[in-house]
Amino acid sequence: MATEVKVTANFAKLIGGQRSAQAEGSTIGELLDDLDQRHPGFKQNVVADGRIHRFVNVYLNDEDVRFLQQLDTPINEGDVVSVLPALAGG
Amino acid sequence: MATESNLMAVMVYIPTPFRRFAGNQTYVKAEGKTVGDVLDSLGETYPSLRHMIYDEADEIPGHINVYINSHEIHSLQGKNTPVKDGDEMAVIPAIAGGQVLTPEQVNRYSRHIIMPQVGPVGQRKLMETKVLIVGAGGLGGPAALYLTLAGIGTIGIADFDVVDLSNLQRQVLHQTDDVGKKKTAAAKETLNAYNPDVNIVIHDTPLTSDNAMEIIPQYDIVVNGADNFTTRYLVNDASYFADKVLVDGSILLFDGQATVFKPGHGCYRCLFPAPPPPGLVPNCAEAGVLGALTGVMGSIQAIEVIKQVLEIGESLVSRLLLFDALSMDFRIVKLRRDPKCPLCGDDATITELIDYVDFCGAPFPGGHDGEGASGGVSNGN
Repeated sequence: MATEVKVTANFAKLIGGQRSAQAEGSTIGELLDDLDQRHPGFKQNVVADGRIHRFVNVYLNDEDVRFLQQLDTPINEGDVVSVLPALAGG
Repeated sequence: MATESNLMAVMVYIPTPFRRFAGNQTYVKAEGKTVGDVLDSLGETYPSLRHMIYDEADEIPGHINVYINSHEIHSLQGKNTPVKDGDEMAVIPAIAGGQVLTPEQVNRYSRHIIMPQVGPVGQRKLMETKVLIVGAGGLGGPAALYLTLAGIGTIGIADFDVVDLSNLQRQVLHQTDDVGKKKTAAAKETLNAYNPDVNIVIHDTPLTSDNAMEIIPQYDIVVNGADNFTTRYLVNDASYFADKVLVDGSILLFDGQATVFKPGHGCYRCLFPAPPPPGLVPNCAEAGVLGALTGVMGSIQAIEVIKQVLEIGESLVSRLLLFDALSMDFRIVKLRRDPKCPLCGDDATITELIDYVDFCGAPFPGGHDGEGASGGVSNGN
């Protein structure tokens, strides 16, 4: 099952310059692992020591997975995952 | 006997705030058998006046009193009160905040006032509100500009930096001749040229743990247009301690984020528990930002301030707005208060401002320790 993963413009370079990529997996963790296979080095920008960075949010549709089951959050057909780092520009 | 001949001619007194909408006349003649008829007839002749004396449900709004010969119509028969030839009628808006609007103010703010969601009472509320803008840069500029145009009573501008030529690609408060001037001074000059009624207060200093609790409590609402994580965590914590609504916005490249942090409904630490290590997430000076994007996000912040003041619509409290200018995609995700948040959670451990330089691993730009690496990066670059 392929899931769309959206990223912000400053993360686009990590997935080949695109704003979204398809990846496979039944949980957020598996999805990020698969994306890292396709785009080596991606995952370390989102996850460290098995936890999502505290300055990056991963959303399953409109819900922050920090308030679901973190990396173990299951993914269903048609879900959209977004990776959103904190931005400080003003 | 409902014939044309039964129409009574009355004189309607138009108070100064409404005169603009009735051909600048103090008295207007109108006809009808009842107060309702007369008001309808007035509304047909002066459509803008109709917006002032009727709400969306075609009822007289609560802040408008209608008098017949000095008797308020609620004590008579309301809109069905009959009128006689020679009666004098008056349509008087409630006095809010000690005084009604001047004719010049009614004219200046007329496009707001004619909307029932604002009205003269809402306009007075805006004029009594004090807003602090952190950073006179990309976001703070358009936010301050639209709040000034809207007639916000007092606008504080906190920035320590001087205008750089590279700011002018997006920072609408500053012009070419302002290069080298203090951003706060340039901002005040621009804003007062747009609206001299607004009291612009300058805080020409970097916000730090030492001064934030002196400055922020002076205001009703805080707009965050800071350009660095150190200031963002400071402003978040200080706004929470001062029990102020914080209208947050941030930008980078083609992306914008906006939300409203209301104490008790989640804060910046609930959204992003900790800042990235220094250097990992670039700032606008390092990575770039689309100038027009700052206009969109700063305007959204101004809108959220106005909605808070007027208590209308659905605010961005508990919601994070994401704007991607490349795909022109606006999305909203949920923002939850984290029960484990060290600032606003159930067992909060942060009870006063902390050392944000230590927490973020980066200095306050422009602070005593902040000169150097980040050079010209300001509160709102």
